[in-house]
Amino acid sequence: MASKTLSQEFIKGLWDENPIFRQLLGMCPTLAVTNAVINGIAMGLATTFVLVFSSIVVASIKKLIPNQVRIASYIVVIATFVTMADRFLAAFFPPISKSLGPYVPLIVVNCIILGRQEAFSSKNSVGRSFIDALGMSLGFIIALLILSSIREILGAGTWLGHQVLGPWFKPWIIMILPPGAFLTLGVLLGLIMVIDRKLQRSV
Amino acid sequence: MELLAIFISAILINNFVLHYFLGICPFLGVSKKLDSAISMGLAVTFVMTITAVVSWIINHWILLPYKLEYLQIVSFILVIASLVQLVEMFIRKTSPPLYQALGIFLPLITTNCAIMGLALLAALKNYNFMETVVFGVGSGLGFTLAIVLMAGIREQLDLADVPEPLKGAGIALIVAGIMALGFFGFSGMIK
Repeated sequence: MASKTLSQEFIKGLWDENPIFRQLLGMCPTLAVTNAVINGIAMGLATTFVLVFSSIVVASIKKLIPNQVRIASYIVVIATFVTMADRFLAAFFPPISKSLGPYVPLIVVNCIILGRQEAFSSKNSVGRSFIDALGMSLGFIIALLILSSIREILGAGTWLGHQVLGPWFKPWIIMILPPGAFLTLGVLLGLIMVIDRKLQRSV
Repeated sequence: MELLAIFISAILINNFVLHYFLGICPFLGVSKKLDSAISMGLAVTFVMTITAVVSWIINHWILLPYKLEYLQIVSFILVIASLVQLVEMFIRKTSPPLYQALGIFLPLITTNCAIMGLALLAALKNYNFMETVVFGVGSGLGFTLAIVLMAGIREQLDLADVPEPLKGAGIALIVAGIMALGFFGFSGMIK
């Protein structure tokens, strides 16, 4: 892993090790908040904040943490940043905070974040962990954007609140309800597999 | 009557997996075999009930009186982590057969967002003590119902001819979607 250049470290989060499409991590927020693009973006940014700062902190104090209590220590670090993100959203963007509801505090149990600390930050330098966290978060945001765009356009005929489909379009309400989330992600996973196989064949 | 409404709605209408999307990781990960799904469901129900009680006590006796609500996230996650550990030790000492049955599923529960979600949702909905307990048991049973149904379907799915790219997680998610659609039929039951 140490042989990778910094740019490779960054790019792997976007496709090869995309947290949602490849590793199937962090499914709960992914499915729950993607009923509108704005919620997806807010969730993506909040998770980015938590992931980047927890990775920096964990990477810088990794030598001080005894091995036996490392998971508990990571959780405390993560919980601190999640509380900050939660309070910030509640103070400056009350409507978004309201529509995301319990899912902002739930970032604390998002497996992507704990997974990156355990698999990466606890073994690598601060700079490398920072780049890794940025790449993973970007991959997460892209996945949320794709999913929420599909669901909002088909479910309400709008994108970020703007009308994109004409008045002839009858919204598929089911897409913004819970079943739509499962169906969209399931079909997307299948598509990603097909694209990936095409790519591998052409290499 | 109020309590019964909370109970039924936690199991069928606001099902943790199919409505709140909580506990998706074990729902997809541990639903390949029927018996492990049942064990996982029981373990979650058990921990959820205890978590509901303990988190209510912490929230109403410590955090709210001293205006420490902003510590909710940190204190809940720590309580859950230590609680799971405690429950594991207790069961190992008092009931080896139960420990055998739950096995590795107990420690896995710490990172299950359904438990944390339960503590947060109960605090958010301002339930009183009894309501919180009923909500905890109901949500646990709802989770069990969803994961057991899923495991039953997936055991049959192994024999089905699924398109190659959809094998594994893809088809599991689509099945979950159809199940969520089915559970939607319950939504008019309680106003």
